[in-house]
Amino acid sequence: MKYLTLAATTLFATQAWAETPELVVYTYDSFVAEWGPGPVIEAAFEAECACDLKFVGMGDGAALLARLKLEGARSDADLVLGLDTSLIAAAKETGLFAPATVNADYDLPVTWEDDSFAPYDWGYFAFVHNADLTPPAHFRALADSDLKIVIQDPRSSTPGLGLLMWVKDAYGDEAPAIWEGLADNVVTVTKGWSEAYGLFLEGEADMVLSYTTSPAYHLIAEEDATKAAAAFDEGHYMQIEVVGKLAGSDQPELADQFMQFMVSDAAQSVLPTTNWMYPAVTPQGGLPEGFEQLIEPGKALLIPNDDVPALREEALAEWLSALSQ
Amino acid sequence: MALRTVAISTKSGISAAILVAALILAAVGAVLWRAEFGSGLGPADWSAIRFTVLQAALSALLSTMLAIPVARALARRRFVGRGLLVTLLGAPFILPVIVAVLGVLAVFGRAGWLNAALAAVGLPGITIYGLHGVVLAHVFFNLPLATRLLLQAWQTVPAERFRLAAQLGLTPRAVFRSIELPLLRQILPGTAALIFVICLTSFAVALTLGGGPRATTIELAIYQAFRFDFDLNRAALLSLVQLGLAGSTAALALWIIPAISLGGGQDRPLHRWDARGGLQRGLDALFITLAAGFLLLPLTSVVMRGVIGLPQMPASVWQAAGTSLTVALISVVVLLALALPLAGWIATRARGGVEAVGLLGLAASPLMIGTGWFILINPVASPFALALPVTALVNALMALPFALRILVPRLRDTVQIYGRQAQMLGLSGWPLWRWLILPRLRQQIGFAAGLTGALSMGDLGVIALFADPDSATLPLQMYRLMGAYRMEAAAGAALILLALSLGIFWIFDKGGRWHADT
Repeated sequence: MKYLTLAATTLFATQAWAETPELVVYTYDSFVAEWGPGPVIEAAFEAECACDLKFVGMGDGAALLARLKLEGARSDADLVLGLDTSLIAAAKETGLFAPATVNADYDLPVTWEDDSFAPYDWGYFAFVHNADLTPPAHFRALADSDLKIVIQDPRSSTPGLGLLMWVKDAYGDEAPAIWEGLADNVVTVTKGWSEAYGLFLEGEADMVLSYTTSPAYHLIAEEDATKAAAAFDEGHYMQIEVVGKLAGSDQPELADQFMQFMVSDAAQSVLPTTNWMYPAVTPQGGLPEGFEQLIEPGKALLIPNDDVPALREEALAEWLSALSQ
Repeated sequence: MALRTVAISTKSGISAAILVAALILAAVGAVLWRAEFGSGLGPADWSAIRFTVLQAALSALLSTMLAIPVARALARRRFVGRGLLVTLLGAPFILPVIVAVLGVLAVFGRAGWLNAALAAVGLPGITIYGLHGVVLAHVFFNLPLATRLLLQAWQTVPAERFRLAAQLGLTPRAVFRSIELPLLRQILPGTAALIFVICLTSFAVALTLGGGPRATTIELAIYQAFRFDFDLNRAALLSLVQLGLAGSTAALALWIIPAISLGGGQDRPLHRWDARGGLQRGLDALFITLAAGFLLLPLTSVVMRGVIGLPQMPASVWQAAGTSLTVALISVVVLLALALPLAGWIATRARGGVEAVGLLGLAASPLMIGTGWFILINPVASPFALALPVTALVNALMALPFALRILVPRLRDTVQIYGRQAQMLGLSGWPLWRWLILPRLRQQIGFAAGLTGALSMGDLGVIALFADPDSATLPLQMYRLMGAYRMEAAAGAALILLALSLGIFWIFDKGGRWHADT
């Protein structure tokens, strides 16, 4: 009964404040956490929009898309923040997103051209290890070594899928051979990033698939310089996180304003030390101290968004057969 | 039918059973209804089904078999710390999966204590990753549960029986054959079926400790179908396979349980005169020590890690703890409202096959139930507004099979022993429950309520689909901390979770055993 009352109160409250427009943004869980970028960005945007910005967090990027598909055109959301480059093709296929224009001078290693989605941050996938380890310089060296790695399952995790695309993009038809070589290095495969990173911190593996920016967290938040990311000669696969506007939004102008806000200094300066990714537009004050110590890959790899779904099928089959033997 | 001598109303029991089945089937139906396209089951799905059944069967077999000597030893011995150990038996089961896995790895992992010890004496290390690792982790989760269920049954044996056995000078072997074996025949099939069903829906444990995609379970395939492929058809089909496997196993196991009573007693405190020999004592001590070590070492690592993390925990963890406690208490109430009438109905039937209905909630993938209800609720109400009641209800459903396993045997005995007296006295309806059933089942009700509360505290299943940021539960908050690199703070939250879950479990369980010498 308490909840019914609560629901009713919320309903009436919403009606009473109908003059203040509400902008609903679906995003992943870690974005809205109190230590994530969500609270700061909410306060900053509300200060200039005369609106009520409401972040709704759910799982990760893949969960977000599944949720949108479940809700379809009835969704309450005006925007979705947190899909990444591997999900964009699938997201567009739903027909739920509206075209949008965001003006920004992106500092991305690749040129960004998309009529619906605007990038707000990005990172490189990389294997993170303890600083006292001399890491291999490429996948072949890793496969030949005795080093143990822990990775995420591409069937349940976005970084896991990123690694799959990384090997596929770098090696093409040779990818199955690389995976067969890596099979004896893989200690185990986990459901998600947290499990894998936890296992690595416990010493279960020498390296874990994460991001080049992971050592920045340890360095800046924990003042711990013992973690490093391994630079691979093949180049590093990128993950670009994007925000997009839903066609069914009842606040299209406000939604446009929010998308533009996400690439502004106010939002971009918050992201590096809350989301632990590179900002899409380098803020005026530059990157936070500590980021200059991170490795900078010689080459940025990224499979065009539209090619991802087909390649994913193929790469997944190769991965499964190499690691199931 | 002779059992019908007692006037327990079957109407509310049948209604509860229909409600449970409807809640689950509606979810599957909703997903199937929303499925627009989709593939059938491919070869990869079939190999996932095979692996799932294999690991679940091995885990169930090993957990129940190992539980026999441990429960027997605990039933026969009194020692300092026994009560604490029995309470701690509930712990592995209620830990969030990732915490328990990290605990197991701290002992058995590559960099674990066992390998450190082996290296210290110059022996080669062991690797935990593989089918054996999956089974080991599942035994860690379920051996304590099996032990508790067996122990509970052992304590329902009338004290007079052991007294008589002692007077007749029966050897431990003879006591085992005449008293304990019939007891085991009654309790083992249901316990094994329950553990089989729990392991059937395993996902993160199986994948992480299985060491790779060889260890793909049905639940992982469901997760993939929902999250990445959005193939609702395949997700629903796989869920039906899961339900079918669980349902048929449970029905079979419950059907072969002989409908015999252990006979009435005067509910005197249990004293054991048998098993006083040195060998018996030694063996019992060995089993208790081994089980306690296997159980307590990983828990110790969870506690140690948690203590370090406590100071780094953000305040929101406490708010989440409050939410979790509320959900847990509502779950207990909902559970009792469902389980007691259901148990009453089952206990008056000659065969216990209908208890399989209770297992549906556990056998259905939480993601499936969550998604199904989301589809049903979303058009009419905000899922966020209903997050807590839905979570409490789903948690109660998941705990239902445990509660039934705990309540039904004792209730069946009560009905058989006191049924005629109750009928002669004209007891029926509420007075029957008030004066006969509830007092005699107090211990079981306490145990079931405690287990439900604790399970509900640790559950992540459905809340993730419904929760808005402000109503995060403790496990969800813990995962959020982990997802933000804050592993130490997450370990602190896990410790709070462990303490609260055990606290709830202890309060209810102790409440049930108040003034009872067990």
